[in-house]
Amino acid sequence: MSKKRMLLLGDEAIAQGAIDAGASGFYAYPGTPSTEIMEYAQHSKFAAERNIHRTWSANEKTAAEGALGMSYAGKRAMAMMKHVGLNVAMDPFVNSGITGANGGMIYTVADDPSMHSSQDEQDSRILGKFALIPILEPSSQQEAYDMVFHGYQLSEKYMTPVLMRITTRLAHSRAGVEVRDAISQNDLKLPEDKRQFVLLPAIARKRYKVLLENQKNFLAESENSVWNKYLDGNDKSRGIIACGLAYNYLMENYPDGCPHPVIKLCQYPAPENMIKKLVEECEEVLVLEDGMPMVEADLRGLLDRDVKVKGRMTGELPRDGELNPNLVAASLGLEMKEGSPVPEIVKPRPPKLCSGCGHADMYNAINEVIKGKYGDGHVFSDIGCYTLGALPPYQSINSCVDMGASITMAKGAADAGLFPSIAVIGDSTFTHSGMTPLLDAVIDKNNIIVFIADNSTTGMTGGQKSHAEGRAVEIVKGLGVHPDHIRTIVPIRKNHEEFVKIIEEELEYDGVSVIIPQRECMVTLAQKTRAAKKK
Amino acid sequence: MKCDIILAGVGGQGILSIATVLGYAAVESGFYLKQAEVHGMSQRGGDVQSNFRISDKPIFSDLVPKGKADLIISVEPMESLRYLPYLSETGWLITNTSPFKNIPDYPDEEKVIAEIKKQPRHIAIDADAIAKEVKNPRGMNMVLVGAASVFMDLDYELMKKGIEVIFGKKGQEIVDANIAALNAGREFSKKNK
Ligand SMILES: Cc1ncc(C[n+]2csc(CCOP(=O)(O)OP(=O)(O)O)c2C)c(N)n1
Ligand code: SF4
Repeated sequence: MSKKRMLLLGDEAIAQGAIDAGASGFYAYPGTPSTEIMEYAQHSKFAAERNIHRTWSANEKTAAEGALGMSYAGKRAMAMMKHVGLNVAMDPFVNSGITGANGGMIYTVADDPSMHSSQDEQDSRILGKFALIPILEPSSQQEAYDMVFHGYQLSEKYMTPVLMRITTRLAHSRAGVEVRDAISQNDLKLPEDKRQFVLLPAIARKRYKVLLENQKNFLAESENSVWNKYLDGNDKSRGIIACGLAYNYLMENYPDGCPHPVIKLCQYPAPENMIKKLVEECEEVLVLEDGMPMVEADLRGLLDRDVKVKGRMTGELPRDGELNPNLVAASLGLEMKEGSPVPEIVKPRPPKLCSGCGHADMYNAINEVIKGKYGDGHVFSDIGCYTLGALPPYQSINSCVDMGASITMAKGAADAGLFPSIAVIGDSTFTHSGMTPLLDAVIDKNNIIVFIADNSTTGMTGGQKSHAEGRAVEIVKGLGVHPDHIRTIVPIRKNHEEFVKIIEEELEYDGVSVIIPQRECMVTLAQKTRAAKKK
Repeated sequence: MKCDIILAGVGGQGILSIATVLGYAAVESGFYLKQAEVHGMSQRGGDVQSNFRISDKPIFSDLVPKGKADLIISVEPMESLRYLPYLSETGWLITNTSPFKNIPDYPDEEKVIAEIKKQPRHIAIDADAIAKEVKNPRGMNMVLVGAASVFMDLDYELMKKGIEVIFGKKGQEIVDANIAALNAGREFSKKNK
């Protein structure tokens, strides 16, 4: 076996792991902090040599279904997304637990506790539990790499999809990873039971029983997993359950070894026997977990069972936000001396639109017409760089909820009688989840104006290819918006008057108008110019 | 050997190039390394930081605990102050003094410098000016690596080698310019520590 070491981000370790573990396809929509898994696979020469599928999907649902199709065909697949992406993919995610897998199937979902780049900090482990499938939660880049091999084995052994849950900290932290020799991909092989994936009620009921029957196997796998460890300690006044990365924060505080018994928990369902032993031996149990208090709540149960459980629900740790070594130290009652406080003169430095970004020109025009004449409160927006239009100097938008919500919320508000009712959505977000909302508005002949800020890329996540590139107008036409009310404009300062005029004209029209400002993102433009210079 | 560093700056200033050079030297020395980076939203001109840890023993946490950083290396003066709670009692603050003003309420420059000078162990270096002096106006980051090198148990020759490896593709001229920036930063720290 080769002993090659590579310096990899957690995301990259997972991509390299999947490539080496015989994956035939990656399916994903970008989303911080999961984006770099696909980007690594796309740049990998080895993945190219192995002819691995690795192009972006329109959204997380199509990604999950694409991966499931590859699994149906007997090959190993991975679907990757950020935590809120799993909400979008929830339908295939839960139902694939019932169909089961054929070729190995892993969902890698990256959570973002502390919301570094997200709208919420939901915990995907809870959704994995809901889908009744095994969950892996690596505590290091090396484990992330190795767990992909393990995940595919587990998946094929029980014909079940597996969830790999990571968080921002692991996704975006680099460390040395020892990689193994690559194993070959699976051959094309259809499921033996040709109705396995047909979830007609009669079949689904049978498949669901298979999944329920498998729960005891999943539990046994957790009890015996190499990733779950019972590490004994002499001081039984407290036992500690440390999930995933939290184990590192614990050990950071006990460099010479933890005096208390510890369960390092990295594979779920949570190993009941191991935990029972800890509870029986220790006076109280402290649960350290990033995200929501899932293990803690399970342990506590609905009724008080005389187990003293401490953690996020009892105030030893904050209820929200990412864990870190200092918070864990405090929960252990250890003192840790911080440096001096941040001087008062230090000001926050929020992110902002790049200088020269076309979104700024769009908001200048919208502000002049809409905010200027009708006041604040008319603009529903969405998720992307253009969400920064919420901050000064623009303060143009009034919502950002989930991808695609801008158009449907504008529609709903128009139904309620709001005029004008405006939606602002990016091109990539439009093809992710904006097309069906626009269809709703067209069918209902809503009086709304939709801005599709078309910068030819997925800017917020670093400039990935946008499915809308070069086809936004055609899509809008195809969805039934009247061609006279599909307006394009290049958002630059010299076109401001024209832009304003277009908006004013479309305000006159009682129906769905779509205005498409089209100018490339400054960042991808600069990248292209640089690349062209090199040639 | 253990060195915990907070790298600080503003999105777009390229703090990760510092990590890349130090990382090369650390890995070549056979040290363990963990480096938590910021990707995503804040990269658009917001404050960014990276936790960079090297050690001859395995490293647990990807994050440097507050109060445990041996060095803060900041490419921007106000940003250097944002991470003071991380600095250990014996740690050094190494910062560029050229401000990056992309907010309307950027504090008075003199007050920022005064706060930096209050720190018992600090190197305040006009890395932008020094980079220009050595005719490498884009070499500000390497000036800071040089300034920090004095406080690290890391082979200086390996840092130079790191620059060769990382900038090699761009030609020998660029490599030399960056090594000149590195040397200039190192000389400054030696004189001013
Ligand atoms: C369900 C879901 N998937 C992914 C993301 C991450 N994400 C936020 S914005 C964005 C892309 C926005 O691209 P676009 O709409 O073209 O706007 P731009 O940033 O280019 O202005 C992505 C992928 C998310 N927030 N939610
Ligand atoms: S990355 Fe592109 S879309 Fe985002 S703010 Fe910068 S120029 Fe605008």
